[in-house]
Amino acid sequence: MSTNEWPLWEVFIRSKQGLNHKHVGSLRAPDAEMALQNARDVYTRRSEGISIWVVQSALITASDPADSEAYFEPSDSKVYRHPTFYDLPDGIEHM
Amino acid sequence: MEHTYKFLLRIGDDSLILGQRLAELCGHGPILEEDIALTNISLDLIGQATNIYTYAAQLEGKGRDADALAFLRLEHQYLNAILVEQPNGNFADTLVRQFFFDVYRKLLFEHLLTSSDAQIAAIAEKSLKETRYHLKHSSEWVIRLGDGTELSKERAQFAILDLWRYTDELFYMDETEIQLANAGVIPNLKDLKPLWMEHVLSILNIATLKLPENQGFFGAGRQGRHSEYMGFLLAQLQYMQRVYPNMQW
Repeated sequence: MSTNEWPLWEVFIRSKQGLNHKHVGSLRAPDAEMALQNARDVYTRRSEGISIWVVQSALITASDPADSEAYFEPSDSKVYRHPTFYDLPDGIEHM
Repeated sequence: MEHTYKFLLRIGDDSLILGQRLAELCGHGPILEEDIALTNISLDLIGQATNIYTYAAQLEGKGRDADALAFLRLEHQYLNAILVEQPNGNFADTLVRQFFFDVYRKLLFEHLLTSSDAQIAAIAEKSLKETRYHLKHSSEWVIRLGDGTELSKERAQFAILDLWRYTDELFYMDETEIQLANAGVIPNLKDLKPLWMEHVLSILNIATLKLPENQGFFGAGRQGRHSEYMGFLLAQLQYMQRVYPNMQW
């Protein structure tokens, strides 16, 4: 494998049904425009989407798995943060 | 009818033969993403050929179907332009060939939208969306290869010098095209050439690439006279139908 590889890009697709762009995978491309075209060919061949975002992977700042305890576990013991302690009046639909 | 049939073979064979050429790259693309892109384009072209041949077979009315036209003719009965049968060569050769063809095809389909033959207009409308994407893809690559590294520029420039001679044939007109143009079935192809040249130059300027000067043109594929590469291509294309006649899968 060449050491001179194209940069990696993360691909986000908005499906026909969904409101948000969702991460679908990654690919390599020399620049943003080619990344979009490649994403079109690799990830939307079967009508998966109507809009594509690409972002260079190196530009994403990610949380460190080693920090996951400190980051995420404290919220596990705080059930009161979920709105489950309210009595819903009768007759309210779609909740 | 006879003229329409012949014209359909000419543009259908362009699609099939270039589709076959690009299909050779399936699994051999320079990188995975480009492998998929080129194979997608190949499939689009073979799909276009299917639509065109189906209509051609119907006009011919001799009971042949699209597969018979695609797989069971002899070399001199294929009427594709010589440009599309040229080997894939290096990546620049493949993309410059594609670029020259895509500019022509986009112009052709745009003008066929108003064809007096409703079936041809419908085929053009369906194909044009795909062709616009093909052109976007090949244009972006020509720009990046030309205005890229020293090596990519050299290869792109060499591909242009090598393939240029085959481009005029795309605008070839004989009795068939003249009659059809007079009847409003197709545009006057000679009128497309300056539009083609303008578009090609606009991209090559961005790509810092040049056209050859004082170089002649060559090619009689539209009359069924092909380059030495065609026989090998057809051998591969037709192999299964020749060895197992009428096989389907």
